Amino acid sequence: MARRVGIEVSVAIAEAAKLANVDVIAAYPITPQTHIVEHLARLVADGELDAQYIPVESEHSAMSACLGASAAGARAFTATAGQGLELMHEVLYVASSMQLPLVMTVANRALSAPLSVWGDHSDAMAVRDTGWIQIFTENGQEVVDNVLCAFRIAEDHRVLLPVMIHLDGFHLTHMIEPVLLPEQSEVDQFIPPYRYPLPLDPDKPVTMGAFAPPIIYPEAKKAQQVHITRAKEVVLECWREFGDIFGRYYSPVENYHSEEAKVLLLTMGSFSETARATIDKMREEGKDVGLISLRLWRPFPFEEIRQAVKNAEVLIVLDRALSFGGPAGPVCSEVRSALYNEEEKPKVISFVGGLGGRDISVAGFEEVINRGIEISQTGSEQEFEMFGVRE
Amino acid sequence: MEKYAVYVPRLVPRRENFAPGHRACIGCGEALAVRLACKALGQNVIIVTATGCIEIISSQLPWTSWRVPWIHTLFENTAAVASGIEAGLKAMIRKGRRPAKDIKVVAMAGDGGTSDIGVQALSGALERGHNFLYLCFDNEAYMNTGIQRSSATPYGASTTTAPAGKESIGQTTWKKNMPAIAAAHDIPYVATACPSYPFDLVEKVARGAMVSGPAYIHIFSVCPTGWRCPPDLTIRIGRLAVETGIFPLYEVEDGKYKLSFDFPQLRPVQDYLRLQGRFRHLSPDIISEIQSRVTEEYEKLRQNVVRTGEPNEQSSF
Amino acid sequence: MRQLVKSESELTWKDLEIGSIVGEPGSASQYQTGAWRSQRPTYDFTKCIKCGICYIFCPEGCIGQNTEGYFEADLFYCKGCGICARECWTQVITMIEEEE
Repeated sequence: MARRVGIEVSVAIAEAAKLANVDVIAAYPITPQTHIVEHLARLVADGELDAQYIPVESEHSAMSACLGASAAGARAFTATAGQGLELMHEVLYVASSMQLPLVMTVANRALSAPLSVWGDHSDAMAVRDTGWIQIFTENGQEVVDNVLCAFRIAEDHRVLLPVMIHLDGFHLTHMIEPVLLPEQSEVDQFIPPYRYPLPLDPDKPVTMGAFAPPIIYPEAKKAQQVHITRAKEVVLECWREFGDIFGRYYSPVENYHSEEAKVLLLTMGSFSETARATIDKMREEGKDVGLISLRLWRPFPFEEIRQAVKNAEVLIVLDRALSFGGPAGPVCSEVRSALYNEEEKPKVISFVGGLGGRDISVAGFEEVINRGIEISQTGSEQEFEMFGVRE
Repeated sequence: MEKYAVYVPRLVPRRENFAPGHRACIGCGEALAVRLACKALGQNVIIVTATGCIEIISSQLPWTSWRVPWIHTLFENTAAVASGIEAGLKAMIRKGRRPAKDIKVVAMAGDGGTSDIGVQALSGALERGHNFLYLCFDNEAYMNTGIQRSSATPYGASTTTAPAGKESIGQTTWKKNMPAIAAAHDIPYVATACPSYPFDLVEKVARGAMVSGPAYIHIFSVCPTGWRCPPDLTIRIGRLAVETGIFPLYEVEDGKYKLSFDFPQLRPVQDYLRLQGRFRHLSPDIISEIQSRVTEEYEKLRQNVVRTGEPNEQSSF
Repeated sequence: MRQLVKSESELTWKDLEIGSIVGEPGSASQYQTGAWRSQRPTYDFTKCIKCGICYIFCPEGCIGQNTEGYFEADLFYCKGCGICARECWTQVITMIEEEE
């Protein structure tokens, strides 16, 4: 029987990793992820989780150690945030191109400078192209559920790619929320044991990480691209089965009154919960608005996005990261690009807000929507607008 | 000729786990060192290698020169990947997912990948006490990318990023003492080795592999290409490095220093330097500066032996 | 395990193993490094004492024993570095130009 507990989300993540019976944890502490790795250390120290805990000396080594463990056939898990994600940047590419099924939770944190330990999506946006499957979550339950799904998706032999679960730093990691923690036996059934097809084993020697001259490198990349594209099917299948067993269904794009509404707001992460309250309030006042929250970030859910905005006239995208000198917030750029070839598409308006942990309230989102509608009617000189910045 | 029954090959396993057909330069001392190390290591190993000469010459997709499990990822994380593999094996054996078999994790990296970019990961792995063997193949520069200086480049050597010129003698700093740094981590076993003394190398690698905990072996790898010396002198130059005291062979076992070879009198460093083009520009003044420093360092090493070793221990072959 | 019957310029993305893993140990042994050399070893086996020191010092690991038990380099791999000739105790080996 699942236990309903009031639990800090970071701690819940550690409990999820315990339920998944991970073998190796190699992690380096960084705000706001520290409670995840601290709780994991406690679980291992008390014998509640049978795993090797490697207190590595940097995030680069954390990801490298997880790589090694996974290549040897062990289930590896780690967590990081902001600067840590940046420090392990090159290793992320290696994990995905070597097709090693790691799972990592990222407590999304703003990037220096200036130093900020608070939440935004700039760290996630910096790793868009690393080849990891990436899922954004809105609340504690979603994080726990998706960490469990992550192992199953990553280790599926049709996928064999690492998975990143994003959650907002502080706004989620440090919140105490009601979470249903599944029963161990249910999780054991849901996540099969990890078996890498060609692990490092003296009985069957393989060479991993050979270098590729130009004659063969593009072929290696194509193979990787094919895998991540096919992974979407496995993600959907996993979410379906998860829903069947645990009763909670997830989809790449969550629609909230978006089928009929003419004006849509698109958010990712915990802001979606606030935005939903704004939608409720505005709809009560008779405004024709809806919300799309994007959950599956990589592989990008092209069909679902196109379907979600089919009837809309205006799509307002709220990005929590900034691409300096670039064309709109990162998510907005990708959404615009996904819609470019559509015969009928809404006007896509880009806002960047919530940087460095700056909150956007229910009223704030109402302002965003109203300003977005205004821009759609009058046009704007700028590619995007930064919301909530004092002039 | 039958009375000469000393077959060198009887003393080492026949099997070449580092298979011929690799793309090392002719006369490569590092390739020889890897080959000999593999003879000591046998089949039950997992080798982790850094980006560098050895990795490039042995693993061009879609082929491999390795007959044992082998992984390369990046340049600076060899010790970290090795830590992960070691931990993974430990966890899997304990949880019954793998039969309890002794599989040694062996990290192989060059001097750059060890004492420069890889020093952090190495220090971390040594401090955490993982059960693995770390082999540093020291050819005294970033050879694979074209002979750029590293912290292991010796004083006065000319490299492409610290070349000898009108305003410079080349490398202006003394070679970083990596074995001492490894020993400072209080690990069970540290050693230096050179393929010119092949059985000493094989024995040390075997001993390092048997240690329960971290072991570090620093292996002198003559590079004819980078050092500008004839390819057939690889073994001779390696021997001269030891005989001049420039690269002494010793072990530090649980903090006790022990010389593997000692000489009643060291040869002058000039005998070693004059064979290599990278030292060709050195004036007699610099050479005598090098000589005094080498003599000084060797004396320090002898004192370490006296200070930490068994009393009245004689150095011997 | 896919056998490498295609040349590297014929391999498609489907021919690669997962993560570009190379499954066949020692497959690089098909590469003829002997084509590199500009000199090669010649032998006067009357002086050979079968000590095997050339075998130990060969960076290629290509020296083996012939039918009479004398140590001889496999010319498929021998790069002609000359270490064996230099180190041989009884001077069995002489390096000559490849063209001769």
